Amino acid sequence: MNRITPTRRTLLTTSAATAGATLITGLSGLINPARAATVAPTPSMPGGSNNYLPGAPIVERIGGGGFWMTGTVRRAGDGTALEGIRIQIWAHTTEGHERDPHSHGATLTDAQGNFRLEMPQIVPAFGQPHAHLAYDDPEFDTVFLRPIMPSASDTTLDAHFVLQPA
Amino acid sequence: MSAQRAALIWSGILAICVVPVLLAAYSPYLAWRQPVYIASGFAGIIGLILIFLQPLLAGGYLPKIGMRRARMVHRWTGAALVLAVIIHVGGLWLTSPPDVIDALTFTSPTPFSDWGVIAMWALFAAASLGAARAWLRLPPRIWRLAHTALVVIATLGTIVHALLIEGTMEPISKAILCVLAMAALFKTLRDLRSVALLRTVLRRS
Repeated sequence: MNRITPTRRTLLTTSAATAGATLITGLSGLINPARAATVAPTPSMPGGSNNYLPGAPIVERIGGGGFWMTGTVRRAGDGTALEGIRIQIWAHTTEGHERDPHSHGATLTDAQGNFRLEMPQIVPAFGQPHAHLAYDDPEFDTVFLRPIMPSASDTTLDAHFVLQPA
Repeated sequence: MSAQRAALIWSGILAICVVPVLLAAYSPYLAWRQPVYIASGFAGIIGLILIFLQPLLAGGYLPKIGMRRARMVHRWTGAALVLAVIIHVGGLWLTSPPDVIDALTFTSPTPFSDWGVIAMWALFAAASLGAARAWLRLPPRIWRLAHTALVVIATLGTIVHALLIEGTMEPISKAILCVLAMAALFKTLRDLRSVALLRTVLRRS
């Protein structure tokens, strides 16, 4: 029987190979997360539920529009796109403050799990240009998001939900 | 100091104090904000300006005032600074209570809130030390070290807070005011030999 006596060289080679393998696995996970066996649910963000008014009505658009809030909704685990999910949206815009009821509105996802709702331009408030989104219906666990716009002059903002069945 | 030079310094100080306020007043965002929120933002800007002035008064650098009178003005400016912070936080509270609760409990999603709250408490403590100086009867050097340490925290906290915020001040005038506030603080600390004082106190204890 051969005894394995690790020299400095074998040790270095093995660790380099392991590191390389880890890197490849990690990167492929980043490139194609949908292929992962389970999709983790999106956690609520701190401050996401601030100035939430439950039961925002489903609307064609909030106010005069000009800005697009877009995103996707998928189910945790298998990552299936979810249709007909109500997403509530509110923000400080050119037409109103976060606490104004007319700043709030909701929309439903399509068959591909996408949602998009037109709303007035978001204006920086409390130090950051940001929006609030909520999923708050019985079928899945409640999730509140608070995405930040990379630039205050952006006219669109993306937010993605992965919901955990309740 | 010649009258001309004094006038020059005073005009410089005046410009440093007024320009950031004017530029902020021209912000297009103001059109979409409520008066309370606007007042709260300007109270914050005025607070930062007073933070720039405070070490200059404490160090006696403002011409034609004299050390005694400068220290007296320093006390009143300190009181005005506390009032500015109260209006700043109070106005934010009226605008959006949950965001202020998040900030005060250090659970806010915005890091600048934490810096602001740290600076606020340090400022209140520094001002309380000032108000209670006669009553506390601390040895003068201990009092001064404590006041200075709190002021350093309040100033650095305020500067980080301000620099991370988007949408209240014009960015370039904000950066310049922050650098000047920092410079004023460190010039005073050096001239009043605060570090040397700290070393002496530490050696004796």
